[in-house]
Amino acid sequence: MIVAEQKPIQEIIEEIRGDHSVLILGCNECVTVCEAGGKKEVAVLASALRMHFMQQGEQKQIEERTLERQCDQEYLEELRDDIDRYDSVLSLACGAGIQFTAEKYHATPVYPGVNTKFIGVTEERGYWTERCQACGQCVLAQTGGICPVSRCAKRLFNGPCGGSTQGKCEINPELDCAWQLIIDRLKSLNQLEAYEVLAPIKDWSTDRDGGPRNVVREDVES
Amino acid sequence: MSVKTPSRLEKVLADGYFAVTTECGPPRGSDLGEITRKAEYVKDHVDAVNVTDNQTSVTRLCSLACCIHLKQMGLEPVLQMVTRDRNRIALQSDILGAAGFDIHNILCLSGDHQSFGDSAQGQNVHDLDSMQLLQTVRRMRDEGTFLGGDTINRPPEMFTGAAANPFADPFEIRVPRLAKKVAAGAEFIQTQCIYNLDKFEEWMKGIRDRGLHEQVAILAGLTPFKSAGMARFMKNKVPGMDVPDDVVKRMADQPKEKQPEEGIKICIESMQRLKEVEGVSGFHIMAIEWEQKVPELVEGAGLHPRPGA
Amino acid sequence: MRLDYSPDIKVIRVPCTGKVDVIHILHALEKGADGVYLVGCLEGDCHFLHGNLLAKKRVQRARAILESIGMEGDRVRMYNLSSGEAPQFAQYAREMDERIRELGPNPIKPGLSSAA
Repeated sequence: MIVAEQKPIQEIIEEIRGDHSVLILGCNECVTVCEAGGKKEVAVLASALRMHFMQQGEQKQIEERTLERQCDQEYLEELRDDIDRYDSVLSLACGAGIQFTAEKYHATPVYPGVNTKFIGVTEERGYWTERCQACGQCVLAQTGGICPVSRCAKRLFNGPCGGSTQGKCEINPELDCAWQLIIDRLKSLNQLEAYEVLAPIKDWSTDRDGGPRNVVREDVES
Repeated sequence: MSVKTPSRLEKVLADGYFAVTTECGPPRGSDLGEITRKAEYVKDHVDAVNVTDNQTSVTRLCSLACCIHLKQMGLEPVLQMVTRDRNRIALQSDILGAAGFDIHNILCLSGDHQSFGDSAQGQNVHDLDSMQLLQTVRRMRDEGTFLGGDTINRPPEMFTGAAANPFADPFEIRVPRLAKKVAAGAEFIQTQCIYNLDKFEEWMKGIRDRGLHEQVAILAGLTPFKSAGMARFMKNKVPGMDVPDDVVKRMADQPKEKQPEEGIKICIESMQRLKEVEGVSGFHIMAIEWEQKVPELVEGAGLHPRPGA
Repeated sequence: MRLDYSPDIKVIRVPCTGKVDVIHILHALEKGADGVYLVGCLEGDCHFLHGNLLAKKRVQRARAILESIGMEGDRVRMYNLSSGEAPQFAQYAREMDERIRELGPNPIKPGLSSAA
């Protein structure tokens, strides 16, 4: 899933300061699972914002709504009849959802209420970690199913570096060394000989370096 | 052993001598006089001088400019190059820049993470890693082509090296890892500072068992302790460093004013012992901000005068 | 046992303090309550495993949110006691009442009345 984290409330307050009628817009997908921008978080944030502005003696109309997805045209379309009632939308979706909402409704400012962090997993409730950087050319078959791009601080393809200490990364003693994980996993798969294969120089043109990316599937196009 | 480049370091090794290299950290400013001063200390006692590349991710005068300066002083530089700060365009471009000034040695590294330095908010590049940089240099030299395939007019002639840390984890892949660097094109290796000689010798045995010592020249890395405090710091704070307790104790048992002398003694004794280890081809002395002690160390280890001097 | 505590306190019964979420606390304040406190079982003694510990974290979160919007976090508190401790219940009620009186009325109240 895409993991996000709510912005500090003071930053959000600054974003919507000049607006009288604001829609706090949640998303039922990833940000709900990572508890940053689902219906529940929308309710808490909206309540906190209303109280903040009431203390200041400001009458703001702060409403709540959560769409099934903000990265899909058909769900965004549900806002069509109501969008003009708002001076702005504060979206708690990921960066993709925020932008798609903004693209759809040109005349309404759409502000981010979260910082989008990474593609990751829920290790346990309240603890999410990164697994993928969408480099566009997956190498997991060669690395025992552990990604050196997203999990090594230097994204080394032929690691580990000299800073690997007792299985941990030199930059943070809490962080597992990705290459220690790769070696351990290759060992348990009886594939340690794969470690000695030199990883070729990577083609980064499928990563962000190649410019904004798209996927086209004519067979499923409508 | 026949040589492939005009490198003096390569020739010393090919002629069967122990090689001696040292390193010199560029200044945090534009005063090349600091480099001149360090170079003067070591010039008659070493075969080549590494110039570090923004080590510990602290911004400094660039390695390439210092290498050119050393070259112009008549010393033999080893250009250290990390993949942290430059993509493949910049790396290849700087290699050509060095080649243009007839710099004939390069050490390929990935570099410390930027969070350790003065630019923790900066990006890291790592378009290539150290092994891929080795392959790049060898390709530019041996095939005379860029990574993109085009021909290089007057290709670089560089003796190509890499670093190895015999003490980092996991220990079981330390020998395979060296084999990988050799396969990627490393012709010489400069190791992390050695204090745990037993463990180093165990690593060397693994190297010999695979015949790697016949394919690559291994220069044992050494850094003399200036004080017991430095020994403790290296032991406890520097990632991937293995300093045994008895070495720290030996430093600490000396009164403070005798500690520098003891540090030099330990370093010389280490070199004397390592000279006897089959597969050790020389020494890389990293006397951090203590370059004036390099001659004493080299002489103490019986490595002076240098061949061809 | 007849024990006195402020008549201004409105008791809302829940099966377990673990049932109370941040939003319930905030909504109570948003509707004009001057303070909110939860009274749960003693720590380590929850009938539903660890509901009171969940409640404790949610109280901390609500307090942090209040601080971040410029209100006193201390308007929200958590107390723990066992079901046999009625005097303790009354004691906590008096303590909360005193604390809230020190803090004064909910600062959003003027806004509330003008909205009404």
